[in-house]
Amino acid sequence: MSLKVIVAKPGLDGHDRQAKIIARTLKDHGYDVVYTGIRQTPSQIAQTALQESADVVILNCLSGAHMELFPETARRVRELGLAPLIIGTGVIPDDDAEELVKMGIDIVFGPGTSPLRVIEAIKTWEQSRI
Amino acid sequence: MGLEQGREKWEALYEKHLQKHPERFEKFVLDSNIEVEPVYDPTNSPVDYESDLGWPGCFPFTRGIQPNMYRGRFWTMRQYAGYGTAEETNQRFKYLLEHGQTGLSVAFDLPTQMGYDSDHELALGEVGKVGVAIDTVEDMHRLFDGIDLSKVSTSMTINAPAAVLLAMYIVVADEKGIDRSVLSGTIQNDILKEYVARGTYVFPPKPSLRLIADTIEFCAKEMPKWNPISISGYHIREAGSTATEEVAFTFANAKAYVKEVVARSLSVDSFAGQLSFFFNAHNNLFEEIAKFRAARRLWAKIMKDEFGATSDRAMMLRFHTQTAGSTLTAQQPLNNVVRVTLQALAAVLGGTQSLHTNSYDEALSLPTEEAVKVALRTQQILAYESGVADVVDPLGGSYYIEHLTNRLESDIKDEIDRIDKMGGAVAAIESGYMQRRIAESAYRFYQGVAKGEKLIVGVNIFTEHEEQKFRVLKVDPKIRLEQIENIKNVKARRDSEKVTQSLNELKVAAQDKNENLMPHIIECVRARCTLGEIMDTLRGVFGEYRPPVVF
Repeated sequence: MSLKVIVAKPGLDGHDRQAKIIARTLKDHGYDVVYTGIRQTPSQIAQTALQESADVVILNCLSGAHMELFPETARRVRELGLAPLIIGTGVIPDDDAEELVKMGIDIVFGPGTSPLRVIEAIKTWEQSRI
Repeated sequence: MGLEQGREKWEALYEKHLQKHPERFEKFVLDSNIEVEPVYDPTNSPVDYESDLGWPGCFPFTRGIQPNMYRGRFWTMRQYAGYGTAEETNQRFKYLLEHGQTGLSVAFDLPTQMGYDSDHELALGEVGKVGVAIDTVEDMHRLFDGIDLSKVSTSMTINAPAAVLLAMYIVVADEKGIDRSVLSGTIQNDILKEYVARGTYVFPPKPSLRLIADTIEFCAKEMPKWNPISISGYHIREAGSTATEEVAFTFANAKAYVKEVVARSLSVDSFAGQLSFFFNAHNNLFEEIAKFRAARRLWAKIMKDEFGATSDRAMMLRFHTQTAGSTLTAQQPLNNVVRVTLQALAAVLGGTQSLHTNSYDEALSLPTEEAVKVALRTQQILAYESGVADVVDPLGGSYYIEHLTNRLESDIKDEIDRIDKMGGAVAAIESGYMQRRIAESAYRFYQGVAKGEKLIVGVNIFTEHEEQKFRVLKVDPKIRLEQIENIKNVKARRDSEKVTQSLNELKVAAQDKNENLMPHIIECVRARCTLGEIMDTLRGVFGEYRPPVVF
């Protein structure tokens, strides 16, 4: 069965070209993808992850609010007893990426990352899980 | 030898040459799905000089809207700036003005753009990030401290709450003793493209259009030097559209606005001269130059033939251009200086009225001061050293440029006709048509890059393993707390009776479709109501928009 992936836009950032391309690429690679649309709160994303029994949650933020929104979303998701792979993407400087990993984001991809690298990461995680 | 014979002879030569020397691609295709031929000549770029081009400053304005273009005055060099608090942004404005920038352009943070105060729960993490945080007119006073509003022109990238920010600007000027009639500048105020590409919509389309028509009508009567709207293709293109879609969707949106105002019995000639536009300058130099020329010609015809405009001013396409943020690469960021230069060149050769050049580090973070300066200097080098500003429309008459101008104009027109048949821009947005088209084009472009059909230096060709460390600008998260403190202080000092009264009057006015809301919003601002309070009052009457999700 294909993995269920949620692509989510936390916060007020309305720029979702990258999020849509990630969603579309995953779909074309056979994943079962749900895109939340823009302007989601951390708790809305957690609810979607619960309803959809998400295996993977991909967060995307270009506005610079990732340090607040990503960890808060991860916390809300896990609070519901879920344990998906949580991936952070967007305009994220290297220093922040390291911090985010410490704060509970499993993998962080900075600017200029190809969606294909996101897929590789999901595959690696899937294999380690089996 | 005649032209046709000559062409045939060349074709034979070309075919023979191909057998030994194949071309780099089987087809050469522009982003706007136009296949380009190896060479253009008078047989494939027909132009009637008087009707297709005309003279500079004359209908249909293909060659430019002024008779001498940049020989008199250069385009306005207007760098979009804003972050953190009003004080910090004020410093950056002064820095830019000191270095020769000629107009201001305010970036607001996302809570401001969404009409939330900095103390709103949805503002968490966003205060001061992508722009400056403005909650009350007191912040606006600090933003423009020491800047003479009667001399500078100010552009504000603000949409859903545009009327409120314009009211704040008016009240700041008023409290400094400057009459609103002398203020010059622009509010973006283009909600339709927010639904399709940029995302900072608040109200549903109908009340949003009404608010926009209110500002256009208000400015037509009281602020002759103000552009009450900047109808924007920029974000549509950034979201992934083609050049054709960029202009077609923009004009479809523009027609919806014009119709809304005309319905109030205002003549097009009385307000259309204050409509301004905003386009993107992408990487393909000739496609972009032709796009600007085609857009100017088509808009003039739309205004004249469809809306019956009679004054030149009402038919002129006046536009701001920004170089394409989406083409900047995080890899080898200094290469972006060159991309921006080429894009800026396209904008100038295309006859733009004002220009923002992006900073090379913008794929990584907010631009640093050093990168902002290089971006401004790029414009100054184009203006003062390259000679491109010395002659009007220097590429006019180029076979290729004229061919592309014709082709783009006709493709754009076909797309607008398609939207008209759907019932216009609002219908095309509510059905998700524009959003779908943009997402398709974005995905097609991405696949081209992923497959190596579209080459981007540093990304899929000439790549390097070592990623350079660049200094990035970060915004202090404490700003939110400072802003919350500022709001508290304003609330403690203001006359709460006036606040309640002005908000009540706004609410009543909002319920009456025939009432122009601008004077009411100005009174709220003057009474020190916060942006959030004013927007919440309107949310109570208008409701909020929930979009279809398309990818």
